[in-house]
Amino acid sequence: MAGNEVLEQASTWLAEGRKVALATVIETWGSAPQPVGSQLAIDGEGNFAGSVSGGCVEGAVVSEALDAIASGQPKVLAFGVADETAWQVGLACGGKIRVFVEPLGP
Amino acid sequence: MKPTLLKAVLEASRERRAVAVVTTIENGAQRLVAKENLGSDPLGSALEEAFRFDQSGLHGGEFVHIHNPPLRLVIIGAVHIAQSVIPMARQAGYDITVIDPRGAFATGARFPDITLHTTWPEDVLPALGVDARTALLALTHDPKIDDPALSIALKSECFYIGALGSKKTQASRIERLQKMGFSGEVIARIHGPIGLPIGAKGAAEIAISIMAEMTRSLRLGN
Repeated sequence: MAGNEVLEQASTWLAEGRKVALATVIETWGSAPQPVGSQLAIDGEGNFAGSVSGGCVEGAVVSEALDAIASGQPKVLAFGVADETAWQVGLACGGKIRVFVEPLGP
Repeated sequence: MKPTLLKAVLEASRERRAVAVVTTIENGAQRLVAKENLGSDPLGSALEEAFRFDQSGLHGGEFVHIHNPPLRLVIIGAVHIAQSVIPMARQAGYDITVIDPRGAFATGARFPDITLHTTWPEDVLPALGVDARTALLALTHDPKIDDPALSIALKSECFYIGALGSKKTQASRIERLQKMGFSGEVIARIHGPIGLPIGAKGAAEIAISIMAEMTRSLRLGN
């Protein structure tokens, strides 16, 4: 998705009364597939729009986003080949990324 | 992120104002900073640079997310090549406007879902505001239509100007623009013949060469 489509989607979901979280790539090393600033919007049912990695770690980010919605607290996630979860949700490209996950709310 | 902040970011985007969201990673606290009003922000000059290079990133414990206005593509000439450029530019995130005073070309049937102006470029471009996030393509081959648009583009900060036509066409275009008072250095901003030289044949391949050249100007400068 280009431009602000992800934020527009988040805004639409909020207007519909859904719970929403936002994930943003804040740091990359090596050959990360999506640049810093790339975003993923997630609603309370696990629907998502946008991309933080081109598909490699979206599943893990969505489940962390649902936790963030439940707790109301932001958190930072790290993914990469050195991560202990690499074989499950690592980045096949060999890059590393850090993702900031935050609930959208008052 | 608070919904009010989200709303402010989207509003700025629609009004083509550059803003940044600064997040303190440790606690999630956020503030909105307008490019026009950086003075009072503690990150000051770092933000100025981040806006200039369209570069989001971490500054100490703060994440700066740059929201520059959406890219915009202004196409002069509702012609065949425009029809090929439009889907590619849309994929790349451009807001697209097509201008052509010739009603037979600029029809909704030929250009569905596109902002279309059936008028002279000089009547619509000033109000549109050609800015640093805008690229302009002159595709009509007709100096009456292309030249006034190029003249406005050359006086603007737009990041890319391309004009369709052979080397011969480009040479006579340069002569006309010189007579209008533009220096050679300024006229050199126009990419003509348009597009990277990849031996493109036909509208779709020419569109690829134009998109590639535009992208290079955007990301690497001219």
